[in-house]
Amino acid sequence: MAEARKTMIEIKGLTKRYGEKTAVDNLELSVSKGEIFGLLGPNGAGKTTTTLMLTGLTEPTEGTAFIDGKDCVRETMEVKRTVGYMPDNVGFYNDMTGRENLRFTAALNGLPEREADERIERLLLRTGLSEAGDQKVGTYSRGMRQRLGVADVLIKDPEVIIMDEPTLGIDPEGMRELLELIREMAKKENRTILISSHQLYQIQQICDRVGLFVEGRLVACGTVEDLAEQTREDSRYLTELCVTPADDRFRDILKALDGVCSVGREGRRYMVGSEKDISNLLAEAALKNGYSLVSLRPCGNDLDEIYRRYFEKAGHENGSSNGKIKRFISRNR
Amino acid sequence: MVAAMERLKGLFPAIDRTGGGEKKKERNIGLWALFHKEMADHIRSRRFLLILTLVAVSGFASLYGALESITGGADSDFVFLQLFTASGSSIPSFASFIALLGPFVGLTLGFDAVNSERSGGTLNRLLSQPIYRDSVINGKFLAGAVIIFTMVLTMGGLVGALGLIVIGIPPSAEEIGRILVFLLFTGVYICFWLGLSILFSVLCRHAATSALAVIACWLFFTIFLSMLAGIVAAALFPVNGGWEGLFNLMDNYKCELYLNRFSPYYLYGEAVTTILNPGVRTIGIVTNAQLEGAVAGYLPFGQSLLLVWPHLTGMCAMTLAAFVLSYVKFMRQEIRSN
Repeated sequence: MAEARKTMIEIKGLTKRYGEKTAVDNLELSVSKGEIFGLLGPNGAGKTTTTLMLTGLTEPTEGTAFIDGKDCVRETMEVKRTVGYMPDNVGFYNDMTGRENLRFTAALNGLPEREADERIERLLLRTGLSEAGDQKVGTYSRGMRQRLGVADVLIKDPEVIIMDEPTLGIDPEGMRELLELIREMAKKENRTILISSHQLYQIQQICDRVGLFVEGRLVACGTVEDLAEQTREDSRYLTELCVTPADDRFRDILKALDGVCSVGREGRRYMVGSEKDISNLLAEAALKNGYSLVSLRPCGNDLDEIYRRYFEKAGHENGSSNGKIKRFISRNR
Repeated sequence: MVAAMERLKGLFPAIDRTGGGEKKKERNIGLWALFHKEMADHIRSRRFLLILTLVAVSGFASLYGALESITGGADSDFVFLQLFTASGSSIPSFASFIALLGPFVGLTLGFDAVNSERSGGTLNRLLSQPIYRDSVINGKFLAGAVIIFTMVLTMGGLVGALGLIVIGIPPSAEEIGRILVFLLFTGVYICFWLGLSILFSVLCRHAATSALAVIACWLFFTIFLSMLAGIVAAALFPVNGGWEGLFNLMDNYKCELYLNRFSPYYLYGEAVTTILNPGVRTIGIVTNAQLEGAVAGYLPFGQSLLLVWPHLTGMCAMTLAAFVLSYVKFMRQEIRSN
């Protein structure tokens, strides 16, 4: 898979300082063609700054970035022609219709009028905005704006798309459609997509690779599975099990199973730590002993977990909301 | 105005030219797309229509007043020019109306030029398109300037045409020349306010703040600077102290005049009075000795122009300074909206 693919985004030692503060610190990254890369990090980690530097909107203090072989600092015009950028909170001129907004973008890109109109028609259809195309953008809902943003990005038929928090504040249905759209852009049209976000769950669904961004540094990079592997502590598997009726007897049963190191319980939830993956064994045990299985989920393989663990590693106090889960898990280790 | 037209002409062929000027053509695409959009925005915006109505109404009111005073007693050789300078019993003249309202036109066109893009989140989307950064501010200023000149020329033409119908005396070539120069002055004067309001729109995050800042400048220049000039002149060169006061008289007047000329409002007023009134022979201080033996007559067009040339230069320089400041500031500013 890797050998045939061309590197589209290449970042070398990219650094941005605002006075004393280092927003992005010596970033190294490369993304190949057709890949969806997720840049994850909390607010203020430097994600937006990175995307701005890639699109040539901000000059890096040090380092270079290349998109499709073009220098993001020196050849900004070329880069801007190749890259579609969708900023967070994408804004449109509210007193113009969606179609007019798109037409303006097309004009800025120097598209001939007829071609632009055709393309706009197609994109409106694709983003499901054909009917709303002639309404003023001021009347659009957030999800519609976001979709118009996607259409706006696609007007210039970019090879690389950079999206800053595209999933923020949209309802689940809109989210599903948007993610579908993004996946399509990457897989069918072979565009390279860089998404920055802090909404881990959505990112996990569509990204080929992710990079964790903490305080301007890329602390980890790879597929979600890789990251899960990297962060697994004591090489232990953790499985969350939910059964009814829940009682302490079940806990003992679990404890007696082969390979189980620890069992913790909170309400109906049992956390089982083990040397290897024992999901089948656990399910069997539950059913055999007359419990009905409500859910069984391997923990630590989703981004939320990985993310949290990286934060723990980095010595971060990750907010109070996660405190409870953290305590719960550590008790069971 | 001539300069602006030339500039426009110089820029337009670049669009039409294909083939040879490929590089040049590319360079201007963004600017012109933006320019067209801004023009359309201005023309369609309710705000602009409002201020246009205000200017039109005051223009016609002043015309009415002027006609009243002209028909009352036409004693001048330059009747046509009086359409713009004569004031009725209670209505100020066209020129003074424009001097007062002009800043508002500039303000309306420019006060939210950049910061509304910023707060609306359109600025970074705009700049991620293949356009140069300065195209944004150039396009905005250019669109505003073109709107202003169109408006000023139209108003001038309209007032002239209506006046012509009513008074029935056709203007001489000199009068037309003077009126055109007056309109050019007006355009540059309003462009200065446009530049200033764009500057504040770059500096201030909120449109309301920048609007207030421009209004504050307007108030300062139109009202307070003349008071301040009087106070400063009186402090530096007191005139009410016997012999000393007598000696200071000249310096006092000069000081006040020079301070006043910092204000574009005063500068514009002075220039317009000179250009529209051939009877004005000098704009500085004149002693009795200098007047002795002077033949009372009108100043030729060329000489009037010579008198106001420094004013035009000064106003152009002010406009450019405001624009350049906003340009530099905008180019260096971070794009991030938050």
